[in-house]
Amino acid sequence: MTKLRTPVGPKDHTQGNPDAPVTLVEYGDYECPHCGRAYPIVHRVQKHFGDRLLFVFRNFPLTQSHPDAESAAEAAEYAATQGKFWEMHDALYENQDRLGSELYEELAEKFGLDPIALNASLDSGEFTDRVRADFNSGIRSGVNGTPTFFINGQRHDGPFDYPALVGAINAVLAES
Amino acid sequence: MADILPAGTPAPDFTLPVTPDQKLSLKELRGKPVILAFYPADWSPVCGDQMGLYNEILSEFEKHGAKLLGISVDGAWCHEAFASARGFRFPLLADFEPKGKVSRDYGVYRGDAGISERALFVIDKNGVIAWSYCSPIAVNPGADGILDALEALPK
Repeated sequence: MTKLRTPVGPKDHTQGNPDAPVTLVEYGDYECPHCGRAYPIVHRVQKHFGDRLLFVFRNFPLTQSHPDAESAAEAAEYAATQGKFWEMHDALYENQDRLGSELYEELAEKFGLDPIALNASLDSGEFTDRVRADFNSGIRSGVNGTPTFFINGQRHDGPFDYPALVGAINAVLAES
Repeated sequence: MADILPAGTPAPDFTLPVTPDQKLSLKELRGKPVILAFYPADWSPVCGDQMGLYNEILSEFEKHGAKLLGISVDGAWCHEAFASARGFRFPLLADFEPKGKVSRDYGVYRGDAGISERALFVIDKNGVIAWSYCSPIAVNPGADGILDALEALPK
């Protein structure tokens, strides 16, 4: 029941070595405080494993409880079209308490993006389907809240603190 | 603990409070698939916990014409506060008196803790259990199993 059904592919936002023995997929929501807590942990995990880890982020905005999660996800998708996904992703998590158009404009300027085009894409829902596709792939893979991690395609059900994630990834590395 | 009722078993009927002054019977929903989601307690702390997640994807259930019912041993007033705080758009049933009776009927009551298991049932339009699953209590089972079961129902 808990296997990643949509394999990591060219549409995904990835960071790290594409040939790494371990792939860590996170389904996350920019407004979720647990994801905010996971954000620096994932950075540490990436640093720890270096070339042995490929990290993938997929959108899972819980829009009923997090009113700005969808717009944040779409802003990051807009940034992705200009090659600035990870800059935006990181900045959104680092400014989680300020999500909204003012922040998106500020970040657009910071990353050399066009804030007017970004706003237009949010208004027109240009990336709504893209975000929904991530969300649906998560639902069908057993994502049960945010953040949900998959390590080489298996849902990680334990805690996501640093030692737990490192331990789970090491266990997978030991098998491979 | 009794075993969870398996697929193929007629779903035991029940009538439970759905608000402090309204009741709902399972048999009223005959003719469409019903998802019963038993869970241990209101006010779970995780982001988008199980009921919150289902609330996000009601439209996916509705594509199959399915009706979702959450059930726990919490009382109707507790459910009302929980549902209102979280903006839930589906009913929460109170298996409160006699406590856990319906959970017991479905084989998903934890007598030692006095709560329902985290258990899912998909009941077909004829009132027969088409799929059931009892999750480890600390693990939110997500919705993939429900959607797979709904897709597998005869059209």
